Amino acid sequence: MAQAVPANQKWWGGGRSPFNVEYGKLMMWYFLMSDAFTFGAFLIAYGTVRFSSNGWPDPNVVFSSFPFAGHAHLPLVFVSVMTFILIMSSVTMVLAVGAGHSNDRKSVLKWLFWTIIGGIAFLGCQAWEWHHLHDQGAWWGMNPFHNFDGSEASTNFTNFFFTITGFHGFHVFSGVIINIIMFIMTYRGVFDRRGHYLMIEKAGLYWHFVDLVWVFVFTCFYLF
Amino acid sequence: MEKFETSHTAEHGHEEKHSFDTKAIWRTFWILLVITCIELIVGMFIAPHFHSLKLMFNVLYIIFTLAKAFYIIAEFMHLRHEIKNMIMTVAIPALLFIWFITAFLWDGNSYKNLRNNYDPHHKEQSKVKAEAKPAHGEEHGAGESHGAEKPETVH
Repeated sequence: MAQAVPANQKWWGGGRSPFNVEYGKLMMWYFLMSDAFTFGAFLIAYGTVRFSSNGWPDPNVVFSSFPFAGHAHLPLVFVSVMTFILIMSSVTMVLAVGAGHSNDRKSVLKWLFWTIIGGIAFLGCQAWEWHHLHDQGAWWGMNPFHNFDGSEASTNFTNFFFTITGFHGFHVFSGVIINIIMFIMTYRGVFDRRGHYLMIEKAGLYWHFVDLVWVFVFTCFYLF
Repeated sequence: MEKFETSHTAEHGHEEKHSFDTKAIWRTFWILLVITCIELIVGMFIAPHFHSLKLMFNVLYIIFTLAKAFYIIAEFMHLRHEIKNMIMTVAIPALLFIWFITAFLWDGNSYKNLRNNYDPHHKEQSKVKAEAKPAHGEEHGAGESHGAEKPETVH
């Protein structure tokens, strides 16, 4: 459902954005396109290697721990918590963008705050997960887990897991930093003086992209 | 920039009506949450009991993933409400992924088959059960961080 526009509008006549978006926002979209191809290349490489292997570890066995749950076998529970946190922080980010549309500085600050908290919570969860896997003997070049059929697994699984979730975690980290900068700028009234909160929208696009990538990482590593 | 701003504010009243109602945001949130919950229930409780249907479950996961991706891009990233030309500059290059995924997974699969055909030793090795050589694991595990062999029993 594209935006309704007058039929005789001269979009390419000059003087305005033919795509009806601000330049910076358009460029953010194209940056995210290129980033999508980077992530896509990683995940497709993972898929290619997995398709070329005779065996692969079972995610229900690998990802079955939960903090303070001891030896309980709880497959995928922890990662569902992480997914929920990220979806939730995506919602608070949209609410911040929405508040920016009505130049509501207080609400922008509130929702940005919760988005930052969500991002930090996600990073904390990921740190715990990495630490736990490392304790079990998993790291780049080390794979303690067996394949579905009980045969010895190569280190491909852990190499891809740590590289891709690490790259995603780095995106979350930079997203949190961007959001903190947005928070400070909002707090200091920079956007009020500017008269619009378009910068929040650009930060929001980046943050949703991070959530979007997680959807694919989640499916590729934890479900397949 | 200046000109863009004026045209933006001119349409603002019109735009606000359909673009930022909080209802749509929460509706999207619930859709994402429900899809994720279904995925997790299938992944945790149903799929482990039907190993022969793995392919079917994977197709299901792909459909759910694409649905979630659509809602995030369309609603959260607001792309659905941009003008058509702009949507196309993002959507058309993304179609390349169809070819990328098909070509590379096909290639990986073909490599596996060729290798199994022409390197019987590799095929045999990949069938050896890990439990069949515990001595190797014990030797190794003693020195390293606690026993790498049985992940389930180690915290």
